[in-house]
This record gives sequence, C-alpha cells and structure tokens, in this order.
Amino acid sequence: MSMTLLEKSAARRPARTGDATARRRRLMRPGVLAGIGFVSPLVAYMALFYAYPLYENVSMSLHRFTRATYVTGEAPWAGSAIYREVIASPQFWPTVSHTATFVVVSLVFQYSIGLALAVFFQRHFPLSGVLRGLFLVPWLLPIIVSGTTWQWMMDADSGVINRLIGVFGVDPVWWLNTDHSLWAVIIANIWLGVPFNLVILYSGLQNISPDLYEAAAIDGAGPWRQFWSITFPLLKPVSAITLLLGFVYTLKVVDIIWIMTRGTGASQTLATWAYSMAFGKGASAVIKYSEASVVGSILLLIALCMGFVYLAVQRRQEA
Amino acid sequence: MSTRTHDHRAWWKTVIGVTLTAVMLFPLYWMVNVSLTDRSAIRDGDLYPRAFTFDHYTTVIHDQLPYLGTSLVIGLATVALTLVIAAPAGYALSKLFVPGKRLLNFLLIVAQMIPAVVMALGFYSVYNDLGMLDTVWGLILADSTIAVPFAVMLFTAFMSGIQRELLEAAHVDGASYWRTFLRIVLPLSRNAAVTVGLFAFIWAWSDFLFASTLNRSGDRRPITMGLYDYIGSQNLQWGELMATAVLASIPTGLLLVIAQRYVAAGLTAGAVKD
Repeated sequence: MSMTLLEKSAARRPARTGDATARRRRLMRPGVLAGIGFVSPLVAYMALFYAYPLYENVSMSLHRFTRATYVTGEAPWAGSAIYREVIASPQFWPTVSHTATFVVVSLVFQYSIGLALAVFFQRHFPLSGVLRGLFLVPWLLPIIVSGTTWQWMMDADSGVINRLIGVFGVDPVWWLNTDHSLWAVIIANIWLGVPFNLVILYSGLQNISPDLYEAAAIDGAGPWRQFWSITFPLLKPVSAITLLLGFVYTLKVVDIIWIMTRGTGASQTLATWAYSMAFGKGASAVIKYSEASVVGSILLLIALCMGFVYLAVQRRQEA
Repeated sequence: MSTRTHDHRAWWKTVIGVTLTAVMLFPLYWMVNVSLTDRSAIRDGDLYPRAFTFDHYTTVIHDQLPYLGTSLVIGLATVALTLVIAAPAGYALSKLFVPGKRLLNFLLIVAQMIPAVVMALGFYSVYNDLGMLDTVWGLILADSTIAVPFAVMLFTAFMSGIQRELLEAAHVDGASYWRTFLRIVLPLSRNAAVTVGLFAFIWAWSDFLFASTLNRSGDRRPITMGLYDYIGSQNLQWGELMATAVLASIPTGLLLVIAQRYVAAGLTAGAVKD
C-alpha cells in the first residue's frame, strides 16, 4: 500500500510540471525526504495493521472458509456466492431492520438529550463545570462494566428498573428476552452516547456569540424563540458532524449488545451477527467465517461511504 | 436587585443539574451498591447496601490481580506504540511536504470508521496464520489500531498551530529535521501527547472486542476478559461480578479526575473547529 500511495501521487505530479527531471529534483529535496521519512512508519503501520487484515476479511468473504480451513488450509474460491447466500438468508432483512432501528432511535435520543443538556449547561451556574465533568464518566468506563450493570438493572425479577416502573403500577417487563431485547440495548446505548453528544454540542455552543442572544432578548424573543432562531441554525455544522460520527459509532456497536443479550432475538444487528457467526457462543452455534466476513465487508462498504460523506460535509463547511 | 434574582435562578439550575447528574450516574451507583451488598440480600434491591459487606472485594481481588496487571501492561504498551507512530506522522503531515497527503488524510478518517468486528475478523485470520493468537503483544498491536488514526489527526491539528518561523529558525541554525522534531516540536506538543496517551490507554484498557476474539484462551488475559469469564460462568455471582466491575473502572475513573480537561479536548478534536 505504501508503494501505491507514493506512486500515485508521484505519477500525478509530472503531469502538472511536465518535466521528469524537475520532478526528480523536487522529490530529492531534503524537505521531501524528511516528510517521507517521518510519515513512513505510519504508512507501513497502516499497510500492516489496516490494509492486510481488511484484505484478509474481504478475501475470506470470497472464499469458502470453514473451521477445517484453519487445519487444511483449503478454501475454495466462491466469488459472490456467499454474498448471495447471506442476503437471501431469512435472517438478513430482519437484521438490517433491527440495525436501522437501533441506529436511528439511538441517534435521535442521544442527540436531543445531548443538545438539551448542552443548552442547559450553556450559561454557567454554580457547580456547572463539575457536573459537566461527571456526565463524562459513563462514556469513559469500559463498556463491559456498563453492560453488566444494565443487565442487572434490567433483570426481570430483581432489577431496579422493574421495581421503579412497578411503583407506577406498570407490570414487570422481561427486558432481556427475545422480544424486548432491542429496546433494552437501545436504552443502554442512548445512555452511553449522551456524554459524547453533550461535550461536542456544548463546545459548539461556546462558539456562538452571547451578543446574538442579548440582541434577540432586546427584540423580545423568549428562550424558546432564541433556541430555534439562533442556537439551532448556528449549530447545524456541528450537529451534522455529531450525527455523522454518531451514525458510524452506533453502526459498529458490538460490545454493549453482546454483553447484555448475546445479540439474541430482536437485538441482533449486522455487527453482532458478524461477531456471533465468526466467534460463536451466541445466536449462531456453528462457526461461519465466510458469512461473517460478508457481513463485515458490507459494514466496511458503509464505513467507506461515510468517509466520503464526512469529507464532503467538511469541505462544504470550509467553503 | 437584578443580580439577586439572577443568583436565585442560578441556584435553581444547580439543583436541577445535580438531579440530572444523579439520574445519569445512577447505574454506577447501583454497581457500587450491589458490590457492597451481602449475597443473601442482593435480590432485595435495597437502595443502599443495608447488608453491608466487603467480602466480594476480598474474594475478587486475589483472582483478578493478574488480569489487572496484564491490562496495565497492554494499556501502557499501546500508549507507547501509538505515540511512536503518530507523533512523527503528525509532524510530517502538518509541517513537511508529504506526497499523497490528501489521500492519507482520507484513509485516516475512514480508518476510524471501520467497525472493530471487521478488523477483528481480519486480525484473527492473520494471527492464526502467524501463530500470534492468545499473545499479549498481538493484543497490543490490535488495540493500537483503535487509537493511531485518531492520534495522528490530533497531532496534525495541534502541530499545525506551531509557528513555522520557529522551525525555520532552527533549520537556519543548522538543526536537522530530526533534531527540530525532538527539541522543538515534541516539547511544544506535550498537551496533545497527554490527550493521545490518555485515550489510547482508556481504549486499550476497555477493549472487549479484540480481547474476546484474539485472546480467548491465552495465559495472560486483560481485565475485560476476567469480567467476561464471570458473566459466562454457570453459577453467576452478581456481588462478585459488580466488585470486579468496580475494580475495572478505577483506572479510567482516576484518569478522568486527574485529566478532565484533556479528555474534553480529545473528545471535541476533529469534530469542532475552533
């Protein structure tokens, strides 16, 4: 990968200068050599620890890998056959729909709660800094810690959540069983994502001039009007990036779901499906490396598209 | 008069803020609560540890100490590897001529978006061929991929703020690029390095996905696996599980208390432009 990277840019350059020796002289300049030298560990690293594993992943999706493959080394070429099998499997579309629900509902609530809190913290009040810091704690804890805690809180018999809703006369909910598991993991995931949204939106708010609010207040605009006429429109660029990153991060979630429900029932998303097919112990008892890689490659493609979207959004904001 | 009403309102906001924070942190309180409650009373769900005990901790700490040690080693090694790769790259991308810079920047963005499960599948296959499954350093290499792209972008953003004249003056004085990097760029980038190190450590410490795929049966496994083994056991002890969870949270909690401003700086890096 390092070669193609260098070759590509080197190949593009002479077209502009139109002179091979000028190009060589430019490449020989000490500054260029230093640039290449300082960046080469990264390029080598990306080739070894990104490109190579990703190549392996795509290759596995095109060959029929089984458990025996790791002993015999035999994996016959399958082309797009495994892709067609996975997409035609009865699990595929329900899993896509769970994934969409998980991502969209998580994002809507993470963003609106995060924004509401950011506006709440926008003007300083006693202890506001400390409290804002405390809001970060859930985001920094190992997810396996939060996951097990939520699992226990959602326990049907002795979980504190059922006890709480019981006070209001609601019947206990079997949070972690097949039907409700998607909502259980969405609730935990919203909780996990609020700190990230809060911090980013809060720092976006800090860039909005207080003069605007004062001017609006003089014109008689109340807080509600100020929010929709000043805060929300001016926060749009930051909101776009927050939601985009949130989408990518939510799409790849495995740990919180796996720890709480093993991705069973309605809580199976594309990412946990890939995980369970490759590493077992969950919904899928048989190891299916190739099928897992197919789902992985689909996720990879989405990530690549989102990379382009991110670039486009960033460029539009710079313009 | 007006300042008095202002103060009055501000205190009301504090009350609301404390309430909201309490709701947000309730799961953590519950974890501590359960970890301190005697086994016989855990299912009662008392709001505070009425049947108080330290037994879970004394049972757990002996078993989990090796896991905590392994996690510490993995975390620190991941930090070192990330800094060694990312700091020079940040210097090159911010201050030197690098062919293909735009492509590299794009790849760094995409790299952060790749789902960990895809990387884990690839790493599993590669490590299986190379006999690197169940090794600590295999896990260190894999964990570093979570932080390196982020670290490069953070260093690049930070180092582009260093005045060019400063570096040019060093060159006029005959300093090599390497010397300029070591003596001027690195010391000025200390804050960025702390933020990068902090995040690399937290992410490596918290990693579940790579550990559960690349180190499923090794001798030396991280604390996330210590915790995971408890969850998988037939006779699940919630008190001991929660005590382990508390132990696993201590390092990240400490880091947050010590270095809160670096955490906020890292979170917003890249997403918000100053």
